[in-house]
Amino acid sequence: MLKDITIGQYFPGNSLLHRLDARFKIVMTLLYIVMLFMGALYSLVFGVVYCVMALILSRLPVKLFWKSLRPLLPILLFTAVLDLLFITDGTVYFQLGFFKLTEDGVLTALQMVLRIIFLIIGSSLLTYTTSPIQLTDAIERLLSPLKKLKFPVHSFAMMMTIALRFIPTLMEETDKIIAAQKARGASFDTGKLKDKAKALVPVLIPLFVSAFRRAEELATAMECRCYRGDVGRTKMKQMHAAARDWAALGVTLVFLIGSAAASLLL
Amino acid sequence: MAILRTEELTYQYSAGTPFEKTAVDHVDLEIEEGAFVGVIGSTGSGKSTLMQHFNGLLRPTSGAVYLDGMDIWADKTKIRDVRFQVGLVFQYPEYQLFEETVYRDIAYGPKNMGLTESEIKERVLETAELVGLPEELLEQSPFALSGGQKRRVAIAGVMALRPRILILDEPTAGLDPMGREDILGEIRAYHKKTGGTVLLVSHSMEDVAKCAEKILVMDHGKKFCYEDTAAVFRRAQELETLGLSVPQVTRICMELRRRGLPLGDDIYTVQQAARQLAALYQGRKGGASIC
Repeated sequence: MLKDITIGQYFPGNSLLHRLDARFKIVMTLLYIVMLFMGALYSLVFGVVYCVMALILSRLPVKLFWKSLRPLLPILLFTAVLDLLFITDGTVYFQLGFFKLTEDGVLTALQMVLRIIFLIIGSSLLTYTTSPIQLTDAIERLLSPLKKLKFPVHSFAMMMTIALRFIPTLMEETDKIIAAQKARGASFDTGKLKDKAKALVPVLIPLFVSAFRRAEELATAMECRCYRGDVGRTKMKQMHAAARDWAALGVTLVFLIGSAAASLLL
Repeated sequence: MAILRTEELTYQYSAGTPFEKTAVDHVDLEIEEGAFVGVIGSTGSGKSTLMQHFNGLLRPTSGAVYLDGMDIWADKTKIRDVRFQVGLVFQYPEYQLFEETVYRDIAYGPKNMGLTESEIKERVLETAELVGLPEELLEQSPFALSGGQKRRVAIAGVMALRPRILILDEPTAGLDPMGREDILGEIRAYHKKTGGTVLLVSHSMEDVAKCAEKILVMDHGKKFCYEDTAAVFRRAQELETLGLSVPQVTRICMELRRRGLPLGDDIYTVQQAARQLAALYQGRKGGASIC
């Protein structure tokens, strides 16, 4: 049941998108988000085309993205309905009592829904094509200027790596504990909300206990291997920006300028 | 009559996706009431998956499980009753403890059954004694106990359901030799006292040989065989091709027989070997030479 969550997962592959430098991918994702939220519907077109292009280059099955979108359907629907109901400017298409369906309402609803959908697709594209280790490595590198301000960039990145690393482990553990408590007659899907919340106690306590135990064991294991932060630490995989990374960034900038121009001129 | 029966039981993980994997493959099985059954098989042979079908934690992809001749999935709302009748102790069960005191943790299952306080108390005290937990431990926190004691509390938590079938998945994993002996002894005592059916899943041939009357051998999700303990260990060579072995003492006796000692081929405990060897030794002192 918990296995179906795909957000933040990594799908190994060898596409162009997989091979791009993770630092560039993060920056490009940020630029892409700017593109999406810049302005009018016309500038949104650039973001959509850009994203679809990236999607094709990633060679990932479209089904995957559907999976990460599905849980958000209610939110999308809610946003669309709100926009349709409360934006009453522009040409009126249709009127029923005090409800007016207007041009502006339809346009805004469309924009918001598209923005959210493509925001999710774009950011899952980043995590689907970048391994967690590359991702945190890249964040560490991108944030490294903050070291000058005494911000513990390395510890921050290490904490993120560890957190990501333990998501599947803890999920598996949760499944096991749920099964074990079910074997002793626990039921999680019957009764009132209060009973349901109470039924979670026998799952949460063992889960916390084991999380703390794992944390302690991991800390010991790290100390045994003389971990002391990033002092004098070298990387096995150095990040090198290649020509293709700069080219991809160039293409992204072209799209960004195009989208900016569209929102200013049209 | 068989208390538990499976018919063409098949289970696939992630059915319908590229990750599809058949963990249990058309298993037909009949387990007699009151039997002590050992379940062996190499890692990934589907033992644990099969066990989780017996108490309805997993629902077969196809085929059926019958408890007392009734399909356990005939009425989905009754599946909890099946879990009270078929108690399952998972691997490393001490990781499921959660209550403030040992007493309350053992009482969790009986409480879910909706028993009265006095019935619960009776069951907790009875099972605690059965697994050798001294009464003064009952008011302590389960997290303050040693590994072996925690394991006992967890096993008692399932025994307290008074299930008609008790399934234990690797109950001795990760314990020292003394701890193993103790826990196995307690399981045997439980079987003797309650007369209930016990299924013991184990990697250790010695453990299974000591306890089980019958053995179920699983291989790649299929039932390889289900026979009397002696009959299974007689098939040493076949077991080896499955990545399993026979108890050490059986191997020694096989080698002795190959070298000409007239030992039986049904030896799988040290006691049996000692008895036969002692008889031979007596006979030899009597003048007859064997080798």
